[in-house]
Amino acid sequence: MQQLSKSMDAIVIRFNPAKKSKEWTWKVLRTLLVTGFCYIILFPIFLRLSVAFRDRIDVYDPAVLWIPRHFTLDNFRIAMETTDFFGALRNTLLISGSTTIIQIISCAMAAYAFARLKFRGSGILFGLVIFTIIVPPQTIMIPLYMTYRYFDLFGLVPVLTGQTSFNLIDTFWPFILSSATGMGLKNGLYIYIFRQFFRGVPKELEEAAFVDGAGIVHTFFRIMVPNAIPAVITVALFSFVWQWNDSYYVGLFLNDVKVLSTQLMNMGVNLEEPDPVLQSILLNTGVLLITAPLLIMYLFVQRYFVESVERTGIVG
Amino acid sequence: MKKLTISQRKAAVGVLFCLPLMFGLLLLFILPLVQSFRYSLSDLNLVQGGFELEYKGFSNYVSLFVSNPTYIRELTEAVVDMVVNVPILIIFSLFSAVLLNQKFKGRGFVRAVFFLPVILASSAIANMDISSFVGSSTPGSGSGAEGSMLQSFELKKMMLEAGLAEVFVDYLTGAVDRIYEIISTSGVQMLIFLAGLQSISPSLYEASKIEGATGYEIFWKVTFPMMTPLILTNTVYSIIDTFSRNKISLTISETAFKVFDFGLSSAMSWVYFLVITLLLAVAAGLISRKVFYYD
Repeated sequence: MQQLSKSMDAIVIRFNPAKKSKEWTWKVLRTLLVTGFCYIILFPIFLRLSVAFRDRIDVYDPAVLWIPRHFTLDNFRIAMETTDFFGALRNTLLISGSTTIIQIISCAMAAYAFARLKFRGSGILFGLVIFTIIVPPQTIMIPLYMTYRYFDLFGLVPVLTGQTSFNLIDTFWPFILSSATGMGLKNGLYIYIFRQFFRGVPKELEEAAFVDGAGIVHTFFRIMVPNAIPAVITVALFSFVWQWNDSYYVGLFLNDVKVLSTQLMNMGVNLEEPDPVLQSILLNTGVLLITAPLLIMYLFVQRYFVESVERTGIVG
Repeated sequence: MKKLTISQRKAAVGVLFCLPLMFGLLLLFILPLVQSFRYSLSDLNLVQGGFELEYKGFSNYVSLFVSNPTYIRELTEAVVDMVVNVPILIIFSLFSAVLLNQKFKGRGFVRAVFFLPVILASSAIANMDISSFVGSSTPGSGSGAEGSMLQSFELKKMMLEAGLAEVFVDYLTGAVDRIYEIISTSGVQMLIFLAGLQSISPSLYEASKIEGATGYEIFWKVTFPMMTPLILTNTVYSIIDTFSRNKISLTISETAFKVFDFGLSSAMSWVYFLVITLLLAVAAGLISRKVFYYD
């Protein structure tokens, strides 16, 4: 089919110079636009990189445009020290990694139920899930904080343990609990993505598995999930990145536990640098440090991500 | 026990799969939502080992509208920002998605670059704009910002002389000046549009090509109508997304955790929520009249 349309194109173009020139104009315009947009996106990253390696002397040297004359790693050293980089990195990795895995499982299961295992009231439940996307997190911020601060699980905890309540603030429990129950950061969106994807998987696949004697749970884990790899990758990337960059929930639930995003927010205050220009350069180095792990990860996942977009079924 | 039919078993497993979600919805969403409404109607005081509520009626809401100096202004700003930004975002992301969907050399690389902002700019921290602090400090790169100012000035003059309405020109040049912001916030929308473009059946394009449609006609008569459901999805997403980035969310958090006025903060967030819902309803209502469903 594609071959046919291609050869048809070729014939049309051969006999139509006006069309050919139009096509070339569009090609040139497209290249210009694409290069321009890429430049706009990449320029700040290169600028950050270039600035991060500059020595103090270079900052006020107008001759230094891109490549620093006095190459230095001091900025990185100071930024790492003020943010307690490796401790914060460990915590961030733990939170982002664990929530990503848990969220994929919980969201995929719920989404499969919404797509294929309809029960009475599942429509209303799905409506509620969509509703969670619309309600701004600020609306339920305080009660949520109170829930974790005085955690008693509908009053069950006092009965079982004798304590009045648990304090879950400054532990990882809020993140694990919310991920496991599909109420984490933007989880409504993930459920939606998974549901759209599962709806697109042919029914025959499932039925074949049933005929061969596989149970429903078995079919889900052995047939549906392996087929949903593009959606899984998309959701995994989103959830990891958004959790990594999130400073809202992290700032709400963790006061003493250090995480990269909150460390960066506090970095300006913690710096012992009076000069605002140098301070801004150190802050810039901090931004680079926190995004560097993500960038490195993106370099590896990018190929799957960009390709899988075409098959994720995010389509409304 | 009687053996269940397959659909009954499916329903049972469905309930099982949804159990964690139901639990979460109840504990972490519905109850907090109800409580938050209760807080907004009362004065919340932290006491030893808990907190106590003192019912105050609608006074939190009244003070928000009558005596709070910044809230209403910030809310209007947020709404105006949204009305200005969302159309640009939608048009830009649809345009880029169409661009990225065409075949050209280095497409994989360009796509990777276009989705880079999803990674980098999805949080408040990444919004610490480089030009604001580094650009001004280094004379070399500072001229770049000046250059772009000049360019859009020239563009503005040119368009005004061409006889375009001033409001329209301001809107366009404003968009050009904020191009980085627009690109960096439209990653997810681009992704959604791109996925949608991939799902349009090639036979539609072939048929229109055989009928002799030009590229322009194909876009408006085939691609655009097929994209309308996604325009709705993306508009809803963009509205929620632009709102979550604005100053109001910060004000709400600060009222709660710096001023410790939990009641007022809850009232703020409820007004905020109602405004968003209203805007969403209006936008969805307007767009869904034009939405075209193929099947």
